Amino acid sequence: MPPFLFWVFALMTLIFGAAVVLNRNPVASALSLVVSFLGLSALFVSLDAYFVGIIQVLVYAGAVMVLFLFIIMLLNLQAEERHRINWLASAGGLGVALILLIQVVFTIRHFEAARQTFPALSASTIDDVRNIGALLFRNYNLPLQIVGILVLVATIGVVLLSKREPR
Amino acid sequence: MDSFFVITSLLKIVGILFVVILPMVSYAVYAERRVSAFIQDRMGPNRVGPAGLFQPIADMFKLLLKEDFTPRAANTFYYWLAPCLAVMPAIITIAVVPFGSTLFGVPMIIADVNVGILFVFAIASLGVYGIVIGGWASNSKYPFLGGIRSSAQMLSYELSLGLAVIPVFLLVGNLRLTSVVRYQIEHGWFIAPFVGDWMNPWKWLLAIPMIISFLVFLIAIFAETNRLPFDLPEAEQELAGGYNIEYSSMKFALYFLGEYAAMITGSAITVTLFFGGWHFPGIPDGSHGWIFGLMNIAVFFAKVAIMIFIFMWVRWTLPRFRWDQLMRLGWLFFFEIALVNIFIVAGIMAFHQS
Repeated sequence: MPPFLFWVFALMTLIFGAAVVLNRNPVASALSLVVSFLGLSALFVSLDAYFVGIIQVLVYAGAVMVLFLFIIMLLNLQAEERHRINWLASAGGLGVALILLIQVVFTIRHFEAARQTFPALSASTIDDVRNIGALLFRNYNLPLQIVGILVLVATIGVVLLSKREPR
Repeated sequence: MDSFFVITSLLKIVGILFVVILPMVSYAVYAERRVSAFIQDRMGPNRVGPAGLFQPIADMFKLLLKEDFTPRAANTFYYWLAPCLAVMPAIITIAVVPFGSTLFGVPMIIADVNVGILFVFAIASLGVYGIVIGGWASNSKYPFLGGIRSSAQMLSYELSLGLAVIPVFLLVGNLRLTSVVRYQIEHGWFIAPFVGDWMNPWKWLLAIPMIISFLVFLIAIFAETNRLPFDLPEAEQELAGGYNIEYSSMKFALYFLGEYAAMITGSAITVTLFFGGWHFPGIPDGSHGWIFGLMNIAVFFAKVAIMIFIFMWVRWTLPRFRWDQLMRLGWLFFFEIALVNIFIVAGIMAFHQS
């Protein structure tokens, strides 16, 4: 992929990621997050990681954010729009983000393996869905089962919590 | 990334979009009106041109010349954005569907990605935003209810949709849509495996869960495209038209285009997954001459047209579900059927191989 597309999608991800925080309207924030996810998935696809990129859209942009939007619209949050910006909290948030950025830059500068240019992944002839499936079900089968049981427990909990009491 | 590839890809994109999909959408609207008239024993639009064939063009001019009205209380930016979001996903999805074999050695598919069906689901799941945002930005009660209904309905039926196709890909072995077509050429269509060793009882045993999965998929597609009997987001009797009440002129037409484009894409995917795509017994693929390549494309779109007719037939035959019935049907019936179906197919395959 041409490098300028990388910059387009990276900028798209970052700008709309910032818009999530900066927008005062909750619906606009949620939609910015969707666009940010789309940019991120384009970056994955550009690395020939089609499966991860598409799952990013399918799960986050297509399902999770629709649920978010659903709840935001049902609650009709007006208070957030009138809320004045708390400058102290904003400064604190910026400070934390800045410290994280400095740490990342510092780590990359001192970590030799991260500074070399890696060769491009082999082209899309590899079937990454099959590879991920084989890895999950052969090498990491037990962790997968445990995660499955955790999710099942959470699902049963949700059903129990949202069930109406019989009158 | 040579220039030949770029030029053929551009030709395919422009050709499929402006020569096939958009005319097909406008004539699907015309066909819908004629079919509904036929089913209800009426005449339908028959005045503009021979047999009313120029009706879509007249409709287009009518919609373009109407006043484009934006309600004052609407959220203008999102109000304008929503109709565009409703059309885009349906059209993007067609990129991974193989609509023919080869023509002059060029594969007749725009992008043969190795996650074909997941791409379809991912982009189709973005289609809900057009309706939800439209309903919300109109700042009015009925559109809002339509949008909320739509998001709940599409999320619920996406599960059945995804689970229903897993048996197909268990058999095929990867997620490329071109491999699905190739598998069906060798082993017969999934719903009618007459090709090859069709006396083999295992194939007929496998055809039973395939038919179940086809039915679940078809019904879920009806729900995903907001067609009757699942058109709760725009139930006229309850919501006076649903998410598109406040829209007028070309913005309203874009919602219409989106709905019909989604229907065409849904039919194309159903045909690819269960009816052998561009394959028809007796017609070789495009490597035997360009005339066969053209015939493959014609076969594909003929199958799509038949599917669209079934969509219309169902629409004008069945009454609409009630809202709670729709949700219960999706979660307590189709979801379980699709899930059990996967186990059945996996079990048959395990026994068959051992």
